[in-house]
Amino acid sequence: MIDTLLSGDRPQSRTLALLLIAIGLCLAFAPFLFPGTKPLDTAARICIFIVLVASYDLLLGYTGIVSFAHTMFFGIGAYGVALALGSLGASFVAILVGVLAGTALSCALALAIGLFSLRVKAIFFAMVTLAVASAFAVLVSQLSSITGGEDGLTYRIPRELTPAFRLTDLRLFDVRIDGRLLAYYLVFLCALVLFLVMLRIVNSPFGTTLKAVRDNAFRAEAIGYRVVLYRTTATVLSAAMASLAGALLAIWIRYTGPATTLSMEIMIDILLMVVIGGMGTMYGAVIGASLFILAQTYLQSLMASAEAATRGLPLLPDLVAPERWLLWLGTLFILSVYFFPDGIVGRLRNRG
Amino acid sequence: MSETAIRPRLVGPTAMERLGKAAPLLLAPVLALVGLVAVGDPSVWLTLTVAGLAMGLMIFIMASGLTVVFGLMDVINFGHGAFVSVGAFVGFTVLAWLSGWTQNPAVVLNLAAVFLAILASMAVTGALGLAFERVIVKPVYGHHLKQILVTMGGLIVAQQLIHVVWGPDAIHVARPPSLQGSFIVGEAAIEKYRMLAVAIGLVLFLAMRHVLRATKLGLLVRAGVENGEMVEALGYRINRLFLLVFMAGSALAGLGGIMWGLYQETITAHMGSEIMVLVFVVVIIGGLGSIEGCFIGALLVGLLANYMAFLAPKAALVSTIALMVAILMWRPQGLYPVVKAK
Repeated sequence: MIDTLLSGDRPQSRTLALLLIAIGLCLAFAPFLFPGTKPLDTAARICIFIVLVASYDLLLGYTGIVSFAHTMFFGIGAYGVALALGSLGASFVAILVGVLAGTALSCALALAIGLFSLRVKAIFFAMVTLAVASAFAVLVSQLSSITGGEDGLTYRIPRELTPAFRLTDLRLFDVRIDGRLLAYYLVFLCALVLFLVMLRIVNSPFGTTLKAVRDNAFRAEAIGYRVVLYRTTATVLSAAMASLAGALLAIWIRYTGPATTLSMEIMIDILLMVVIGGMGTMYGAVIGASLFILAQTYLQSLMASAEAATRGLPLLPDLVAPERWLLWLGTLFILSVYFFPDGIVGRLRNRG
Repeated sequence: MSETAIRPRLVGPTAMERLGKAAPLLLAPVLALVGLVAVGDPSVWLTLTVAGLAMGLMIFIMASGLTVVFGLMDVINFGHGAFVSVGAFVGFTVLAWLSGWTQNPAVVLNLAAVFLAILASMAVTGALGLAFERVIVKPVYGHHLKQILVTMGGLIVAQQLIHVVWGPDAIHVARPPSLQGSFIVGEAAIEKYRMLAVAIGLVLFLAMRHVLRATKLGLLVRAGVENGEMVEALGYRINRLFLLVFMAGSALAGLGGIMWGLYQETITAHMGSEIMVLVFVVVIIGGLGSIEGCFIGALLVGLLANYMAFLAPKAALVSTIALMVAILMWRPQGLYPVVKAK
């Protein structure tokens, strides 16, 4: 049963399995284990980013192509839901319309980018996606009559998902059963299903072919697989998954703007999560996203205290200021590409 | 019985084939003509064209290093933008030190200050290029995936270090007085600084072409692009050659950075990664590894961006992407694909 759910891709390491179970349980019972708004928000973000990072890993880890347009697809999904909720009113139909429209647009764009830039060299793809994604971000901030520009969009979501809604007056473990709880479980279940679907994809014959293309494209072509076709399909799949993650984010935070979906910072965050968690394993996305978002939420306050402690010394306070945390993440990123190319999951698997 | 003599037939390239070969060269003039028709007013067109050429040549300066580095060693440097930013910051610091010279209306002192600033920023970015190549790029020769990731990481770290050294805010410096204002040609106003940028860019392009075509160093670089192993087998240290080219490319990025900074009169740590979008578009249009292609691509992008900024400001950046898509549909490898003997 569990084997079927995981598509036969077991964690293959006891520590890893324990970690995954712990993360899964924490996320499944987050509203009861960690009451409060901030922990619940962190848990929902982890769920969304697990999907986003896993979909990026489908491209980077399994197919071996680097895309910088992943946040564009993430943003398209989020803006799709935001615009639909804004214009059609707060209903589930609007959400469905937004999700479908966003995903369709993402797939079409990914197909177009893939077809004309993956024909030649995979390295073209990285540059083309970087250019297209930044053009898209500029376009979104300029078309402020539709997208709200830099301010973004705020909108209402169906009443059943807001804190004002009560399912029952009963309290479960002293937690109110309100719309926010329902929204969290909507996000959690969608994320779980999407993750399992991706796990299924990478362990299918199609996924195996992707790995062959990654390891030796020339040979895969010689055996008779159309490399361009496989790469483009992987791009489209990962774009679709990314926009679904974007839709979840739009529903959860009830706001969509360039800073939360399209910015280069988010792209860098995704890269870091994939590399630190472990490229080429779906479980890497789980570990990477959980660790990174916990660190993002709680490490910055630690750095603030480090800054206070080193005040008076030359240069050092500037280096450990919370605004400079990307400096340390960047360094960590370079070091992990050199020394731990398999990430945490690869390490754990190789040890056992 | 009739004898059919088979006469020898001389097959030269047809007119169409010749046109096809020369087509990339014709693109920039054609675009300028189309621009003239679209803009309508000749004096506005002249101003826009000079602005476009200046922008294109500055982008060319930044892009040329990147494309040669790729051609020679198959290394793609996503951290190239860091050199642009660092060059601008170092140059502006020098200009701030020489404020006595830059505020003096004398042309000689102004130009001397700018020249010194350029020298300083090229020296610093060249040295930085050395460190970057040894520390960050060298361990990942031959792995495109890792190169992209690691140089991207290098870019993040460099940008953050700029924040640490120069503070997080944008810096404004006015151009020296003799580089402000514009000439009036007919009814068109042409900014003096843009003329300087065009001059520097053209001189650099011609110098680069000369080095690549007429010197031994250039011969080795071109040979290395075509077949690196053979150059090594003939007894030349291609790694050292590559390091030299990498440093030169970084120094050129620094030069482009300070020129771009003086053009905008505002610099931020992110300016490098912002301009890199255009640089990548140019490199892709030109064909990875080709200097001539890079030159034409830069002119096209500069001209198009300026015409579009006048005609439809919101579509400016999108139009360069559209240009890239159109060129890739026509020639999937870029205008001048670099042929590798492998």
